[in-house]
Amino acid sequence: MKKGLAKKRRTTKSTGSSFWELRLYIAGQTPNSVAAIANLKKICEDQLRGKYRIEVIDLLKKPQLAKGDQIVAIPTLVRKLPPPVKSIVGNLSKTERVLVGLDIQRAR
Amino acid sequence: MLHAKQKTFRAPLPKTPTGIDGLDEVTGGGLPKGRTTLLCGSAGCGKTLLAMEFLVHGALQYGEPGVCMEFEEATEKLTANVRSLGFDLRELVKRKKLLVDYVRIERNEIEETGEYNLDGLFIRLSHAVNAIKAKRVVLDSVESLFAGLSDPAVLRAELRRLFRWLDDHNLTAIVTGERGDGTLTRHGLEEYIADCVIILDHRVNEQISTRRLRIVKYRGTAHGTDEYPYTIDGDGISVLPITSLALAHKASAARVSTGVTGLDEMLGGKGFFRGSSVLVSGTAGTGKSTLAAKFADAACARGENCLYFAFEESPNQIVRNMRSVGIDLEPWIQRRLLHFHAVRPSSTGLEGHLAGMQKLVKLLRPKAVVVDPITSIISFSGIYGVKSMLTRLVDFLKVQQITSTFTNLTFGTNREERTEVGVSSLMDTWIVMEDGERNGQRIRGLRIVKSRGMPHPRELRELVVSNKGVELLKIITANRRARTET
Repeated sequence: MKKGLAKKRRTTKSTGSSFWELRLYIAGQTPNSVAAIANLKKICEDQLRGKYRIEVIDLLKKPQLAKGDQIVAIPTLVRKLPPPVKSIVGNLSKTERVLVGLDIQRAR
Repeated sequence: MLHAKQKTFRAPLPKTPTGIDGLDEVTGGGLPKGRTTLLCGSAGCGKTLLAMEFLVHGALQYGEPGVCMEFEEATEKLTANVRSLGFDLRELVKRKKLLVDYVRIERNEIEETGEYNLDGLFIRLSHAVNAIKAKRVVLDSVESLFAGLSDPAVLRAELRRLFRWLDDHNLTAIVTGERGDGTLTRHGLEEYIADCVIILDHRVNEQISTRRLRIVKYRGTAHGTDEYPYTIDGDGISVLPITSLALAHKASAARVSTGVTGLDEMLGGKGFFRGSSVLVSGTAGTGKSTLAAKFADAACARGENCLYFAFEESPNQIVRNMRSVGIDLEPWIQRRLLHFHAVRPSSTGLEGHLAGMQKLVKLLRPKAVVVDPITSIISFSGIYGVKSMLTRLVDFLKVQQITSTFTNLTFGTNREERTEVGVSSLMDTWIVMEDGERNGQRIRGLRIVKSRGMPHPRELRELVVSNKGVELLKIITANRRARTET
C-alpha cells in the first residue's frame, strides 16, 4: 500500500493526488498544543481539503506512544504519508515552514 | 579540634554506590544520591560504559532499577558494546531492571515551525522511570539535542528544567557530555549541574595509552582531587586509587621462610614477616631471580598458593633455569600451587599491569607473590607512574596479608644500592645482591640493607648457587681480607 502510494506520488507530484496522513502529538491542552491544532486544521483545510487525515495524540494520556515516533519536542506533527516520514516541530505558526515540511507547496 | 567540631554539624551526604571498582573509594561512597552527576570526556574515553556500569551494578547489586536515555547509540549497538564487557542488557531489560530508550533526532528530518518545548522527552523519561520504578537514570549524551534542534535558548531552558525534574524525583543520574574547547562540555552543561562533575581523560604517551579520571567537583563532600588512572578491560571499568584508604593494614607477627636457610638465620632466624614486602635488587646475574624462586618454592612447600609475575622470561625458561640450581618448580605448577603469569612489559600501560595483577590476585588468592622483575615495567613507564603504581600494588598485597618479593635490576657498580624509583622506601625488607671477585673468580654477595621490625646483621655474605641449591656463607669478610693481601 505504502509502496504503491510512493510510486504514484513520484509520478503525479504536481497533480496533488497524494493523501496526507498526519499525526499531531501534544501533551495536554497547553497554549502551544491548542495553537498547533488550530493552525494545522486551517492549513489542511486551505491546502489539502479532502486529502488528509489528522490524528491527535495526547501523550499525557498515552505516554507509551512517544517512543514509536521518536517524539522529543511538543508539539510535533508527524507526516506518516506521503513518505518519507517527516517530523515537524513547533506550534505550526510559521505557515510557510509547515508547507515545506508537509511537502505541499508544489502540490497545489 | 576546631575541625572536629565543624564536622559534627554537617550531616553526611547520602551517596549512591556505583559498584565500579575503585570509583566508590575515591568518591567516598559513590555519587550524590538523588542528584545529577556530569560525566564528561572526549570521544572514546568510556563515558557511556561507565554510565552503563552504574546502571547495571545498580540493578544487579543494589536493587535499584535504572533507565538509560541513549541519544547517540542505537539500542542494539549499545547492547552489543556493553555485552563485550560481560553485561547482558537484554536479560536485565527482560527482568524489568533496566530500560533503554534510544532517542533519535535527525535535524534534516525535522522542520521547526514555531514554539515548542521538550515535553515529549519528559514524558518518555517519566514513563520509563515509572514503568520499572527506576532509581537511577543515565542521559547519554543529552547534548545531542543541540545537534537535532536549532533553538539553543529553548534547549537550555528545557535542560535546566530536566535536571530539576531529576532532582525533584530523587533520581540519581549521570549525564554525559563531550569535552568542548576550553569548556568541560560543548554546550556548557556544567552550568546546570553543580553537584558532582567527573572528567574522564584518555591520552597517549609514548604510544602507551593512559586513562585518567578526575573529580572536578563534588559539592558537600571531601574528595580526592588527584587524577586516578582507570582501565577498561573485559570486566568493565576499574578506577585505581593512588593508595588504599590509609596505612591501616594489619601487621602480622607471623614469619615465613625465605626458602634459604642462611637468609632465614640472618632475618632473626625466622624469615620475612607474613604480609611484608621484600625488594631484592642487584646487577645482572647476581641471583635475584634465584632468590625469588626459592621464596616461591618455600611458599609452595608450605602448601600455600604462590603467584609469580614474570616480565622477562617465560615460565618454561624459569622452570628450566631453576632446575639447574636444584630448585624444582614443576611439581608445584602441577599441583596448582604455583601460578605463573608471564606478560610482556610493553603489552599494556602501567595501569593495565596493575589492574591485571590485582585481578589475578583476587582470583587466585595467593599467600605469596613474586614480581620478577619490576625493572622491566619501569623501563617502559615514567618514574612517577611506577612509584605510584608500586605503592598501590604493595598496599593492595599488604592489606590482604600477602608476602611479596620484587626483584629489581640495577646497573653499574657504584649504584647497587640505589633503586631507580626510590621504591625501597615502600619495602619492608631490602636485600641487595652484589658482585664480588675472589682470586679472579666472580662470587655473589648478599647484604640485608634493611628489614623493618627485626634485628639483622649488616655485613655481606656470600651466596653460593650450585646445582645442589642455594647457600649463604659467612666467609666473605675473611676472603675480602685475603683478597686485599694478595
